[in-house]
Amino acid sequence: MSMEHDHPICVEGLTTRFGDHVIHEDLDLEVRRGEILAILGGSGSGKSVLVNAILGLLQPDSGTIEIFGKEMSDVSDRMAVDRRIGVMFQHGALFSSLNVQQNVEAPLIEHSELRGDWLQRVALMKIGLVGLEAEVARQQPTELSGGMRKRASVARALALDPELLFLDEPTSGLDPIGAAEFDQLIRTLTDTLGLTVVMITHDLDSLYSICDRAAVVADRKIVEIASIPELEKSDHPWVKEFFAGRAGQAKERNC
Amino acid sequence: MKPESRPSISLREEHEKTTLIVSGDWTTQSLAELPETGTYEPSDHMEIDCSELGRIDSVGALAILTLAPGVTKTEGLPENLVRLFELVDAASQGADVPKTARQPLHVRLGKTVYKAGETIRTSARFLGKLEVSLVRSIIRPSRIRPVALASSIQKAGLESVPLIAVMTFFIGAVVALIGSDLLEQLGASELVVELVGISVLREFGVLIPAILLAGRSASTFAAQIGAMQMNQETQAMQVMGIDLFDALVLPRFLSLVITMPLLAVIAMIAGLAGGLVVSWGIMGVSPVLFIERLESAVDIRHFWVGMAKVPVLAAVIAIAGCRQGLAVEGDVEKLGSRVTVAVVQALFAIILLDAAFAVLFNVLGL
Repeated sequence: MSMEHDHPICVEGLTTRFGDHVIHEDLDLEVRRGEILAILGGSGSGKSVLVNAILGLLQPDSGTIEIFGKEMSDVSDRMAVDRRIGVMFQHGALFSSLNVQQNVEAPLIEHSELRGDWLQRVALMKIGLVGLEAEVARQQPTELSGGMRKRASVARALALDPELLFLDEPTSGLDPIGAAEFDQLIRTLTDTLGLTVVMITHDLDSLYSICDRAAVVADRKIVEIASIPELEKSDHPWVKEFFAGRAGQAKERNC
Repeated sequence: MKPESRPSISLREEHEKTTLIVSGDWTTQSLAELPETGTYEPSDHMEIDCSELGRIDSVGALAILTLAPGVTKTEGLPENLVRLFELVDAASQGADVPKTARQPLHVRLGKTVYKAGETIRTSARFLGKLEVSLVRSIIRPSRIRPVALASSIQKAGLESVPLIAVMTFFIGAVVALIGSDLLEQLGASELVVELVGISVLREFGVLIPAILLAGRSASTFAAQIGAMQMNQETQAMQVMGIDLFDALVLPRFLSLVITMPLLAVIAMIAGLAGGLVVSWGIMGVSPVLFIERLESAVDIRHFWVGMAKVPVLAAVIAIAGCRQGLAVEGDVEKLGSRVTVAVVQALFAIILLDAAFAVLFNVLGL
């Protein structure tokens, strides 16, 4: 097995700063193939900045980011890699001028040669894949509820059958039942389609029910990266506080 | 990554055993369209041979399911593919979206009429609320919000002075230039002063600021109020007991009604200056002569006719902008279309009202 197969994402020595404000300093992160990795951290700890750096939305000040074994500062590789990545933004980021089906078709039209009826069938299949009714395909994003919008956004992220899926707070703003369903959807898709998922989350339920590992961003670094039971034993003050109290409840609910 | 190899599917029949052979890559990239092999009907005891199968993704699974619907029941299908096929199969069930039937003509006609009536009602409601707010502020001027008013006056009025001055200067110059050519042929070149004076005072000095403000302020008002509407700021104001018309609409309305007459005067001066410069440069009419002739030949009533139109046009521009802003609901695209509607309505109303005024003054003999 090559490195590419073991670690779809390899971040080494990442440093990002805004002016004098250092966000990350010499940060390392490795994501394993096929896992669901949660990125944890307090507000302003730089979770989103880390994901944006990996996605290429932000230029790091130093350090290397390798995705599928390719160095991401090389622009020519970037395009090929982008096709193998799906992203669900926090508020969906669906194109408001297009209906749900057209939203899902957009990346397909851009990056594949699917057209006509076959394109429509594929798009509708993706919409079904995320558990949305076929009628939703014709609706505009503004007509959808928060949960449906998130699902539609995942359908668009899955349009090109990516190997790597990024989710930004997938369950925030959903009711507990909707959130649990969404978690299960992500787990099923991950296992069946062979995805690797990186998600920013604060939701303890998601952590316990679907995440294989979690990386904690604090003090400008990844201070811990381990499975949830191991994290509970961590000595780091932020991690301790995070799992204290509420953790017990969430665990009981999921057992 | 390796290049994609062609997907292929075929049947092999031997010893009363049917085997479905699937090979190649079945991915989004390799399946620009469905392979035209015809479908393989499901039969009992079918086996599958995936030994030559390369990569497969959900699109590939959908393609195989379409071509060979019985694939989920075949023997020898690896566990991971079973799950993939089941997931994709379930996802594509009921995926035929019923085409929304076109509504019959009378239904669409009825809806259009109803919508038009609704527009009139909301307009009337808007005007009524604006009037209430206006009358209340006249009775108790302390209701007027000075900061909002001052900032609106600065943005809508002061900041458009240079643009308006330059625009009308050139309009005045062009009128003089074209007029001089024609009037020289008739041997009445001194009439250029009347031409410039009357056209600038009656029309251009009023229309040019109005058009500029329709483009500049009506759109700004609609966008500002519309963005607040989308951000639920207007709802927050309502629950705080702040009157939207007092806080948002009236300052903008008053700012245009106050500043546009001033802008019109500036525009008239700039337009006359444009005419003066061209008459001097091309026809040798000295500035002193120009001004003397302006005073003697162009009646002051032309100025008042022009100025009489200004407050009406200012009110219409402000109303178009604020009303469309308050009508914004939903997404960014709606905001964009409302801003466009505000500008178009304002421009349309300006030209229409100007024509109506022209007829009115003509009848009155002014």
